[in-house]
Parts: sequence; structure tokens; C-alpha cells
Amino acid sequence: MIVADKKPIEEIIEEVKTFSNILVLGCNECVTVCEAGGKKEVGILASALRMYFLNHGHEVKIDEKTLERQCDHEYLEEIRDIVDQYEAIISIACGVGVQFTAEKYHSTPVLPGVNTSFMGATEERGLWTERCQGCGTCVLARTGGICPVSRCAKRIFNGPCGGSAKGKCEINKEIDCAWQLIIDRLKALDRLEEYETLFPIKDWSTDRAGGPRKVVREDVQI
Amino acid sequence: MRLSYPSNIKIIRVPCTGKVDILHVLRAFEKGADGVYAVGCLEGDCHYNSGNFRARKRIEQAQKLLDTIGIGGERAQMFNLASSEGPLFAEIARDMVAKIRELGPNPIKTARKQAA
Repeated sequence: MIVADKKPIEEIIEEVKTFSNILVLGCNECVTVCEAGGKKEVGILASALRMYFLNHGHEVKIDEKTLERQCDHEYLEEIRDIVDQYEAIISIACGVGVQFTAEKYHSTPVLPGVNTSFMGATEERGLWTERCQGCGTCVLARTGGICPVSRCAKRIFNGPCGGSAKGKCEINKEIDCAWQLIIDRLKALDRLEEYETLFPIKDWSTDRAGGPRKVVREDVQI
Repeated sequence: MRLSYPSNIKIIRVPCTGKVDILHVLRAFEKGADGVYAVGCLEGDCHYNSGNFRARKRIEQAQKLLDTIGIGGERAQMFNLASSEGPLFAEIARDMVAKIRELGPNPIKTARKQAA
């Protein structure tokens, strides 16, 4: 899922202090799971903002709404009838949701209420870690299911590098060396001979190096 | 025991303080409460193992947020006591009311009156 973190409320206040009619818009998907932008967080942010503005002398109308997703036309359509009532929208969906909402309703300023961080997994409650960078050419089949792009600081394909010590990365002793993990996993799978096969130079044009990307699937297009 | 404690406290019963969310605390202040405190079981004695620890964390989060928005974090508190400690419950209630009286009314209430 896409992992996001809450923005400091002071930053949000600074962005919206000139408006008197605001919609706080949450998303029921990834940001709900990472407890940054779901219905509950919408309630907390809206309540805190209402109290802040009232306490600072001006009553701001702040409404709450949480959509199933903000990255799909059909769910964003649900606010079409009400969007004109608001001077601004604080979207606490990921960056995709913020942008898609802004594209759809371009006469209303849409401001982000979270910092979108990465694609990752919930390791435990309150701990999310990066697992994928969407490089566009997945090599997990060759690396024992451990990604050298997202989990190796250098994104190297024939590791480990000289900075690997006792299974940890040189940039931070708390970070596992991805290539140590790959070797351990290949060994456990009894497929260590695959480690001997050199990776050819990766085509990074499917990564961000090729500019903004898109997936076109004519088979599912209507 | 026929203990008396201040009558301006509204008790909201929850199955465990682990049910108390930061949102409940904020809503209470938004509706004009001058102070909110959660009373949980003694630490280590939670029937659901960690409910009272969760409540404490949430109260702490609420305190930070209340400080940021200018309401005052000290208006939200967490206490732990055993169900047999009636006298302590009454004492906490008195102390909390005294502390809130010292802090004065919830600024939201005053601001709302001025706006009206």
C-alpha cells in the first residue's frame, strides 16, 4: 500500500488560515490502513482545526467527508454536488488522491494534509517500511523475493557492496543489507546457484528516469 | 462508603479505557468540556492486557494537539486506580476539578459566546 505520514497541524493551519469554508477529505484505502488519512483522522483534523480557528477569533466552517478512494473518477464524483460550497479542500489522501481531486475540481484549491512517503508494508502497528519503488521491471523472481531496488540504498543488482557488514548497511546500522537478505533467502530456498548469474544492466527507462509513466491496457479499455 | 465528589463531572462509561480515542477527547472539548480525564485500571492490571496503556498514549497525543491549538494540554489527563479505590477516585475528581478551575473555562466556550 501507499504509506503516508501526518503533516504537522501547524503547517496545515498555515496553508488554510485565509479560508472560511473548508472540506477535510479523507480516503478509505491505503491512508486509512496507515492511520494517516482515514475517516478517524478526518474527524481529528477537522475537530482540531475548528477549535483552533474558533480560539483565534474566527469561526471557520469545516466539514468532513471520506471517500472510498480519491484515485478513481467514480468516487470523486460523490462530492461534485457539494464541492462548490467550499473555498478549499484539505485532502488527507496520498499525493495521487490530492492531485486527482485537484484535476477534477480545478476551481477549488486542494491542499495536502499528509506527507506521502512510500509503497510499503505494515510490519507491526505503527511501523511501516518500504518494499517497492515501482521501477517498472520487477526482478523479485531472481532475488528470492527481496527487492534490491527498494531495499538496497545503492539499488545495486550484483551485491552486496563493500559497505555491508554483519548483515547491515553502512548508511545505518539498523538497516538490513538487502543483498545479505537475498543471499540468505536464496540459500534457504536451495537456489544459491542463481546468485552466480550476473544481472545485465537494468533498463531504468521504466523507472522515473523515463519521465512520468503510464500503463495502457487496451484489453481492459472500454 | 458514601463518598462525595464534585457533581460537575459527567461520567462516560466505556468497557475499557482502551476504547477511549483521541477523537472522543477532542469532541468533548469542542462541545465545551473544560477538562477531560480518563480513569483506567492500574498499569499491569488491564483485563484486556494493554487497554490502559493505549488510553495513556491517546491522552498524551490529545494533550499535544490541545497545546498546539491553544486549548491547553493539561486539560486532558489520565489516571490509574483499582476498582476498590473509591476514596482515591473521589480525591482524583476533586483534584481534577480544582486544577481545571485554576485553568479557567474552556477557551472554545468563551470564543463561541463572543462569536454569538
